[in-house]
Amino acid sequence: MGIFDYAPAPESRAIANLKDHYKPFVDGEFVDGSGEPLKTVNPATEEILAEVGTASASDVDTAVRAARRAYDTVWSKMPGAERAKYLFRIARLIQERSRELAVLESLDNGKSIKESRDSDVPTAAAHFFYHAGWADKLGYAGYGPDPKPLGVAGQVIPWNFPLLMLAWKIAPALATGNTVVLKPAETTPLTALVFADICRQAELPPGVVNILPGAGDIGASIVEHPDVDKIAFTGSTEVGKLIQRTVAGTRKKLTLELGGKAANVVFDDAPLDQAVEGIVNGIFFNQGHVCCAGSRLLVQESVAEEVLDKLRHRVSTLRLGDPLDKNTDIGAINSAEQLAKIHGLVESGDAEGAQRWTSPCPVPDRGFFFAPTVFSEVHQSMRIAREEIFGPVLSVLTFRTPEEAVTKANNTPYGLSAGIWTEKGSRILWMANQLRAGVVWANTFNRFDPAAPFGGYQESGFGREGGRTGLEAYLSV
Amino acid sequence: MSTRISVAKTYKLYVGGKFPRSESGRVYPVTDAAGTFLANAAHASRKDLREAVVAARKAFPGWSSATAYNRGQVLYRVAEVLEGRRDQFTAEVAASEGLSAEQAGARVDTAIDRWVWYAGWTDKIASVLGAANPVAGPYFSFTVPEPTGVVGVLAPQESSLLGLVSVLAPVLATGSTAVVVSSADRPLPAITLSEVLATSDVPGGVANILTGRASELGSWLASHGDVNALDPTGATPDERVHLAQEAAGTVKRVLTVPDAEPDWTTEPDLSRLRRYLEAKTVWHPLGV
Repeated sequence: MGIFDYAPAPESRAIANLKDHYKPFVDGEFVDGSGEPLKTVNPATEEILAEVGTASASDVDTAVRAARRAYDTVWSKMPGAERAKYLFRIARLIQERSRELAVLESLDNGKSIKESRDSDVPTAAAHFFYHAGWADKLGYAGYGPDPKPLGVAGQVIPWNFPLLMLAWKIAPALATGNTVVLKPAETTPLTALVFADICRQAELPPGVVNILPGAGDIGASIVEHPDVDKIAFTGSTEVGKLIQRTVAGTRKKLTLELGGKAANVVFDDAPLDQAVEGIVNGIFFNQGHVCCAGSRLLVQESVAEEVLDKLRHRVSTLRLGDPLDKNTDIGAINSAEQLAKIHGLVESGDAEGAQRWTSPCPVPDRGFFFAPTVFSEVHQSMRIAREEIFGPVLSVLTFRTPEEAVTKANNTPYGLSAGIWTEKGSRILWMANQLRAGVVWANTFNRFDPAAPFGGYQESGFGREGGRTGLEAYLSV
Repeated sequence: MSTRISVAKTYKLYVGGKFPRSESGRVYPVTDAAGTFLANAAHASRKDLREAVVAARKAFPGWSSATAYNRGQVLYRVAEVLEGRRDQFTAEVAASEGLSAEQAGARVDTAIDRWVWYAGWTDKIASVLGAANPVAGPYFSFTVPEPTGVVGVLAPQESSLLGLVSVLAPVLATGSTAVVVSSADRPLPAITLSEVLATSDVPGGVANILTGRASELGSWLASHGDVNALDPTGATPDERVHLAQEAAGTVKRVLTVPDAEPDWTTEPDLSRLRRYLEAKTVWHPLGV
């Protein structure tokens, strides 16, 4: 170890209170699901963390009935001010158990503890705080004096932000008076089940929140269930289209938060060191497992070489490894399946003639890891410029004029997010106008807040989460 | 005895600000409510529809970036020109829908007033639906509504003018552009409306109106890769299921509409405007 190297600073795994078995949460109780139990794996070590009971289609039916009963008898009848107190309780309990949740999230997902501790868990708590305040003020939200909830919300969330996506879904649903049946991702069910315990500690009425671990078939059962009034899905565009097709012709209200291929546009007048930090945050945050990741870097030609040099230098200092080490920047890829997908797309980049540069950082022998990778000389037609990679892989393209940057940035069926780096304020606002994306970050990237609506244009989905706009998804308006 | 023979009009499509015939060469007879022949309407084909989408896409950058004030003026101008042709519309609506002149006149008046109502929204919708977001950090974050893009509209089958105006005006007010398939059996007020649009400073391509059958054209509109949203009002409830499935292939926004055609004389709310708007959130750091 050299004098300037970091000593290992591991967080204690004991804080996670990891149990051997976890169970589905239905009608206020942890129950034996009748599905085949799944084993959830620590992607950093490939060790089995715990066995998790899963739901079957009949459990989905039981959960929906519980949610309906809770909706009819308790939750939709309760004054908003009282609902609010439950949401405040939940927010506080998440804060109180934040360290436990952060460690558990890193164990189950592979993300670095620095991110689960500083980003995921605090933002999840913030979503409950924010929406708690709405529960008794819905008449002021702009949807009429007394907007009504929809009923039972079926929610299916991805593995990249297991607890945070749960909060994005459950907090607005409960605030607006709906009850919930939520399916966490197959590979990351644990924090959702600790959240179920938090619901019990908050004495939330039984049936208001139901959590059903399982694979895609359970998600499909929720989506297809005739007594579900609303579907909220975050995940791939491919699955989103399938869900939209399934819901077609039913009375179910649908919101979709799907994939992205965000352009991060760097102009020659940008503060380049700051921009490089933003590029790194844009694509390597959460191992690149971010639907709004800045995965297409568009650099003005005159500074392209300089930016690439600085970028490679900066990326080579990123520390990859044990997610529980507080010095780790990049943790593990969530699953072997996802790692294979990343390898496949990277190989297509090689085959199509892009220039690959990979960080020389050491990669652990065990676990699912992928070293940060930057492709240059990328053309718009290449798969790595068009398809979502969902991993720590950046594709770099160049442009000459602002108009060309806009054309290239908008040359995608997606439209979730975009970034702009320039010192010129008028150019920021002009670019923000031109870019067809639901979120535009100027001189920053990957910022989230419950008060700021988030969601996509085009094939990145429809509906928004957060802010006053986000309430619409759960109201009959 | 010399009786003057009236000059009969050949009704055509309205695409890209021009009045072409259907490229297919097809027409279909239109009759009044009593079954008397009125005209041969152009029977739009799939290719006409695609041309209309191209025109709507081409018009989108200009229309969506026009100032809200300007859009409001143009839409108000539509009401003015429509008012000037009130008698013609009254006659056509009466013939199409089998109404008395008085009833038809009332519908036309409501249609004119609806343009005025939507014209007034163009420069208010951003302040009503937009937001300054009080985020927890040194950022200025704001959310602005933006038009969704090209909207495919299957116009109501029964209400030939008021229904059409009620579904078209909100699309144009948001800054989106439209491809409309008119009522199949009552298309003449729609084509006369396109003459109004063509002479009201509405840029060519912003509104494109096809006379034809929703049952034939709907699925091409629903599956088209360059159409961003779909209003299936003019399709039957059964057809709507299929259209919604087709629309899923491109994650189109599909309007939820009631099974039966609504009473268009009731005062509208913001819901149609909201459906054609995306919310864009912009973040900018604060500092010195």
